[in-house]
Amino acid sequence: MTTESTDVLIIGSGFGGSIAAYHLAAGGAKVTVLERGPWLSAKDFDHDYLLGSSYTRAFDFVAGDGMSLLGGNCVGGGSVVYFAALPRAPGFVFDRQGSIGRRVWPAAISREALNPWYDRVSEVLPVTQQDWGDITYSGGLWAAACNHSGHTANPVPVGVDASRCTNCNWMMAGCRFDAKQSLLLNYLPAALQHGAEIRPLHEVQKISHAGDGRYRVHYNTLDDVDYRVATGSGEIDAKIVIVAAGAGATPPILQRSEETLGTMPHAVGRYFSGNGERLNNAVINEERAAELLGIRRPNGKAYEAYQIGKGPVVACWDFLDAGLPEYDRFSMEQLFFPPGLGTILTQVQDATGPSWFGREKKELLRRWKSWLTIFLMTEDDNEGVFGAPPPTGNSFRISQQMLGRGPLRYDPTPNTLRGWAQADAKVKEILEKDGLATVMPWTNDVVGAYTVHPLSSCRIGDDPATSALDDRHELRGHPGIFVTDGSAVPTALTVNPALTIAALAERAIPGIVAAARDRGVDVTYGAPLPKAVTNSVARPAA
Amino acid sequence: MEMPALGGRCDNRYVEISADSLGDVLEVRVDATPIFSDESQKMTLEAFADTIVPGVKRFPDDRAIAGVVDDPGAVAAGALDLLVDPATGVAAGLAPLSDMLNAHAGAYAERTGLTLEDDVPAFVALPYEHRAELISELTAPGNPERDGWIVLVMFSNMAYDIVPHRPTEDVLAEGVPSLLTLGYAKPDSDGLWRFPDFGYNRELAKRHPNTTESGSPE
Repeated sequence: MTTESTDVLIIGSGFGGSIAAYHLAAGGAKVTVLERGPWLSAKDFDHDYLLGSSYTRAFDFVAGDGMSLLGGNCVGGGSVVYFAALPRAPGFVFDRQGSIGRRVWPAAISREALNPWYDRVSEVLPVTQQDWGDITYSGGLWAAACNHSGHTANPVPVGVDASRCTNCNWMMAGCRFDAKQSLLLNYLPAALQHGAEIRPLHEVQKISHAGDGRYRVHYNTLDDVDYRVATGSGEIDAKIVIVAAGAGATPPILQRSEETLGTMPHAVGRYFSGNGERLNNAVINEERAAELLGIRRPNGKAYEAYQIGKGPVVACWDFLDAGLPEYDRFSMEQLFFPPGLGTILTQVQDATGPSWFGREKKELLRRWKSWLTIFLMTEDDNEGVFGAPPPTGNSFRISQQMLGRGPLRYDPTPNTLRGWAQADAKVKEILEKDGLATVMPWTNDVVGAYTVHPLSSCRIGDDPATSALDDRHELRGHPGIFVTDGSAVPTALTVNPALTIAALAERAIPGIVAAARDRGVDVTYGAPLPKAVTNSVARPAA
Repeated sequence: MEMPALGGRCDNRYVEISADSLGDVLEVRVDATPIFSDESQKMTLEAFADTIVPGVKRFPDDRAIAGVVDDPGAVAAGALDLLVDPATGVAAGLAPLSDMLNAHAGAYAERTGLTLEDDVPAFVALPYEHRAELISELTAPGNPERDGWIVLVMFSNMAYDIVPHRPTEDVLAEGVPSLLTLGYAKPDSDGLWRFPDFGYNRELAKRHPNTTESGSPE
């Protein structure tokens, strides 16, 4: 086997990988990005539930014990399949103590300290503020319901170009219209312009020593239809390795590397957070919605518009209050989940038989147009722990694409359960007021809890006992290996985490550049921020 | 009782996936044997899918379908076609799961005092409410076999909700139940969805007073 070499090897092409790829390539380093998923762009993003279309090619669903994870599996990572809600984390988050009884985040990081990095990412994507004219029926209904209960509601900052958006609600399958500001429209094309190389369907398995302080990254190439099949393997040596495979995939790579690299920090594969996430589903009483909220569509309906939209657009932030105790703080955001993923776990209120399947569940589906989903982001206790890694990748793959069984175990603590219960109760209070709707949380009995925002499984911190990375994102005890994805975020954020993951990655870059220079890479920091393009970057012709 | 292998055909390549935590559930094998050794196995899985999303009987003496509703359900939407689709990766586990389900149904009948007709598989012979109760038991947290049953539940659900073994445009054009029952809108002529009428276009709540200049919480 021929071993290739590069200056900087990046594992994963989501926010953590793409931001690093751009800055290091623009600074003059030779950058190679290995991405386990395929390279898709606008023309590949299907409006189709057929297995093998873009939503199964680009998505990863890994069932664990007590927690299931959804994540990206393509060039651009989570940014291709995310809903592009991009709020900053509230200030109190950075002072969280969580389960360790003292501040979890590094002393160097606060909301104020992170704001300049938030600004940079917001400029690049860009993040835009919506006005009420941009808000979809489902978002408007949630806003009106909050208002009816005496609560505020905010249009959420987003990475969506409203002029190109068709409100098709297919953003989980990638945006066909390039309205969603994925990394295929900014950091990645800019990194390519500066010579970065991106290799799709390259799944990294482990890292070993290559001598002279360099690392060797071992990968398998995967079949482009059946991801269970390895079509080859290879090795690349690098002076710097940046692990950004996502919070569900970074720990198995590092755990598998322990045999050759030596002991990993205790916090690798521990302190996983599901961002405290929870979903509630409401069925709206259309007549009451018209009467109570005074809403009416041009077609005469009050609502019946669940299918229409662009993911989450309105959130209630009344419980993001620094004065409230930890675990009592949460946000409530309207959301859309397509049928399939979004219907299986929905429960029937007051069911006389099974609540999540059967006759009564089928009746609930008939009212799908009047559904409203509310996404809760609470403060969990970082209680997730990864077991032994699977032989390859981050799961035992069951299906050709998307579905796998992973080693994560998540047993919610009383704090987490209380936070979920409080948030559930608040949604119920708001939406059931005066008979507006009936509400039930999704069941946790089928695939455990679930998160679309896995975090913290290899986190930054000041305390070596409870953090795997120092505040420069360097893996403790393994100089030259950095982690810049969602696994580095130390705690649940109570809001959508993409902008925070990206801001932390931007913040980590100067330190990574300095480390690269120390290791003999001719690279500088300070390239201008990338300019967004209008067409998602496609895989270069072979 | 040991859980069977769940697996499917992967061209002519051999794939093996196994995990201690799952027993042998996820071992995937490629072989040339038929998925079902007899029709009763298929009938049993139809009865399982019909318990998840019930449908109307396809013909008067349709035993697999319990017939507790009067419109098509998961079986009519193609649950069995989906389960044997190589993309799902579960085909090789279907026959053993079917046999296990009938064994469980027999034991269930014995402990609940039910007398089952013996001209059909035991699970098929169970009345609908008892089929549902048994599936609730098999999928309950803590059941050591639940991984296999949950996968069957998920695909049975998906067969009805999104018919993922067929192109969605065809499903909607042909009037296959499920997505249409949900009230799912049809796409434009190019197969893509666009909703130019998408919002109320007016302020419907006050923003949080501590919203920052960037539009985020403070």
